[in-house]
Amino acid sequence: MAQMTMIQAITDAMRVELKNDENVLVFGEDVGQNGGVFRATEGLQDEFGEDRVFDTPLAESGIGGLAIGLALEGFRPVPEIQFFGFVYEVMDSISGQMARLRYRSGGHYHAPITVRAPFGGGVHTPELHADSLEGLIAQQPGVKVVIPSTPYEAKGLLISAIRDNDPVVFLEHMKLYRSFRGEVPEDAYTVEIGKADVKREGSDVTLLAYGAMVHSSLKAAEELEKDGISAEVIDLRTVSPVDYETILASVKKTNRVVFVQEAQRQAGIAGQVISEIQERAILHLEAPILRVTAPDTVYAFSDAEEVWLPDHKDIVERVNEVIHF
Amino acid sequence: MKQVLENIENQFEMFQILNENGEVVNKDDLPDLSDDELKELMKRMVYTRILDQRSIALNRQGRLGFYAPTAGQEASQLGSQFALEQDDFILPGYRDVPQLIWQGLPLYQAFLFSKGHFHGNQYPDEVRALSPQIIIGAQYVQTAGVALGLKKRGKKNVAITYTGDGGTSQGDFYEGINNAGAYKAPAIFVVQNNRFAISVPVEKQTNAKTLAQKAVAAGIEGIQVDGMDVLAVYAATKFARDRAVAGEGPTLIETLTYRFGPHTMSGDDPTRYRTEDMDKEWEKKDPLVRFRKYLEGKKLWSEEDENKVIEEAKEDIKQAIKQAEQQPKQKVTDLIDNMFEELPTHLQEQKEIYQAKESK
Repeated sequence: MAQMTMIQAITDAMRVELKNDENVLVFGEDVGQNGGVFRATEGLQDEFGEDRVFDTPLAESGIGGLAIGLALEGFRPVPEIQFFGFVYEVMDSISGQMARLRYRSGGHYHAPITVRAPFGGGVHTPELHADSLEGLIAQQPGVKVVIPSTPYEAKGLLISAIRDNDPVVFLEHMKLYRSFRGEVPEDAYTVEIGKADVKREGSDVTLLAYGAMVHSSLKAAEELEKDGISAEVIDLRTVSPVDYETILASVKKTNRVVFVQEAQRQAGIAGQVISEIQERAILHLEAPILRVTAPDTVYAFSDAEEVWLPDHKDIVERVNEVIHF
Repeated sequence: MKQVLENIENQFEMFQILNENGEVVNKDDLPDLSDDELKELMKRMVYTRILDQRSIALNRQGRLGFYAPTAGQEASQLGSQFALEQDDFILPGYRDVPQLIWQGLPLYQAFLFSKGHFHGNQYPDEVRALSPQIIIGAQYVQTAGVALGLKKRGKKNVAITYTGDGGTSQGDFYEGINNAGAYKAPAIFVVQNNRFAISVPVEKQTNAKTLAQKAVAAGIEGIQVDGMDVLAVYAATKFARDRAVAGEGPTLIETLTYRFGPHTMSGDDPTRYRTEDMDKEWEKKDPLVRFRKYLEGKKLWSEEDENKVIEEAKEDIKQAIKQAEQQPKQKVTDLIDNMFEELPTHLQEQKEIYQAKESK
C-alpha cells in the first residue's frame, strides 16, 4: 500500500474518479496547468486533458454557477474554491441554489456536485483564507459537509462525495495537507459519508472533534492517559449530517463529553451536536458537556494565531473540569 | 444585422507617451510636470523597487509574512498614485501597498500588515484608505460607495481602486463600475493587467480583446494605457481625476503591465505557467529603465541620484523593520477589543479567560 500525504490522497481520489466516470469534471482557479495553488490537481490536466480538468476565470460565483449548469447537463462537477474564506462569493450558488435543486424541482433535478476547498488555521495565511466556515454551510439543509482528518479517509470520503447524487462541500484542512503520511490503497474505495469514526477507544470521557482538532484531541488523550484518564476520541468526519448513533453509544459508555472545534464558539457545529446529545441522553451525563473552541472574534491576525487557536492543553484543561465536576 | 463588437474593440488603443527607449512618442499628451516632480517620480520608482527586493529577502528570512511582489508594476502603481490629492480615498488590492506608502502610510506599518499584526491596518488620519483587500473584487463595489459619498458631501475628491486582470471576471467588478456609472460618482477603477491571475493567462480569463472595453457596457469612460510607462499612467489618471471631480463620472483604466516576480511569496512558481522568453520580452519594457533613459536625456537623473535613493531606501527599510519588530505582540484580548464598540457580555467573559491565559 502506498504512503501518501493527505493532499496526495485527494489528488488520487480525483484521478480515480476522472478515470472511472467520464462525466466527472474538475475545474477552478489555477487548477489546470498550475495544478492548483496547493498542487491538489497536480498532473490531472496532463492526464485527462483540458476538456475534463480546466481553469476557470477568477469568479467564485461563476464557478458555482458553472457547476450547477454542468450538473443539469448530466455532468458530475468537482469545482475547487481556492480558499474556503472565499465562500461568501459563492454562497448563493451553494446554499441558495445547489442545496435546493432537488427540493425545488420535486426530485426532477439533482446536483451531484462536490465543492472542494482548503480551510483551517495555523499556516499564517492572509485574512479570509483560514476561517472555519463549515457551520455556515451546515446550517443549510440540502448540502452535506465532509471534513477528513487522515489521508486514507480523505481519499475514501472524496470518492464517496463525487459519487454522491447530492451536493457535498468537502473541506480540506491546510495544516493536514502535508503534515504526515498514511497508508492509502491505490484502487478506488469509499468511506461512507455521514459516519463518524472512533479514532481512539476510552472509557472516562468522549472527545468529539473533526479536521485538525482530531489530532489535537488524540494528543490530549495521550497526555490524559498519563494522569490515568481514559479518553475516547471520535472523529465526526461528516459535520452535516452528523452520525449521532456513534456519538450516543460513546456518551452512554463514558458519561462525559468535551466537544473540540477550531471554529469560534458562537453558533457552530459543537452547539448543534451538544443540543442533540442532551435531548437524547441527558440521563447518561455525569457532567455538563463542555466545549473547546476559538474565541468569538473574527479569525485571528496571523501573528496571534497560536494563542487564538485551541490546542491540546485547552482540551486537557476542559476534560479535567468534566472529570472533576 | 449590424455587428458592433469589432468596432468597439478596435477603438481601444494603448495610450503611450514614452516608448521602450524612453523617447516621447506622444508630445500632445505629455503631462505638465516640473523637473522636481519628474525626479520625484523616478525616486519613488527606484525606492519602491529596492523595497520590493528587500521585502522578498525579509520574507525569505521569516521576518515578513504575506507578501505580493511589485517589481514591474511600479509605473502602474506609482504613476496613478502620483495623480492623486492627499484627501482622495484609495481602495487597494493586496499588491497595492506602494500606493499606500506614498500616500503617507509609515513603512513599519506596511511591514506589520505583512507580518499579520492589526496595527499595520491602523492608518494615520491623513491616509484615507482601506487596508489591502484580500477578496478579489470586493474593493470595486465599495469604491462606488465611497465615490457616491464624496459626491453627496460635495467634496472635490475621488475614490480610486485597484484590481488585476483576474479581478475583472468577478461579479463585484461589474456591479462596482455599473453602480458608480449610474450615480456618476467620482471613481477611478484601475485594472493592472499583468497578464496572469496567479497562473491563468488573461486570454483564458475572458474573450474580450481588452479589459478597458468593459467600461462600455457600464456606460463609463475606458482607457487602455501602457502600464510600463509612468507618464502615460500619470496622464491617464490625471484625466480620469479631472473628469471625476468635474462631475463627469467614473473612468476605467486598464494598464498593460507585468509582474516580474511570483504572485506571492507563498509558494507560487511562475516557471509553471510563464516562459523565459516572455519574461525577457517584458523585462525590456521595464518602467524604471524607460523613465531613467528619458530623464537622463533631459539631464535630470544620474547614477549619483540613483545611488542616493538606493541608500536612502535601504536605511529607511532597516529602521522600519526594526520598528515593526519592536511593536508589542498583539494579544487575543486586543482582537476581542476590536470586535464591537461595546463588548457584549459573552466577549467580556472570553476576554477574562484570555487575559489570564496571556498573562501567564
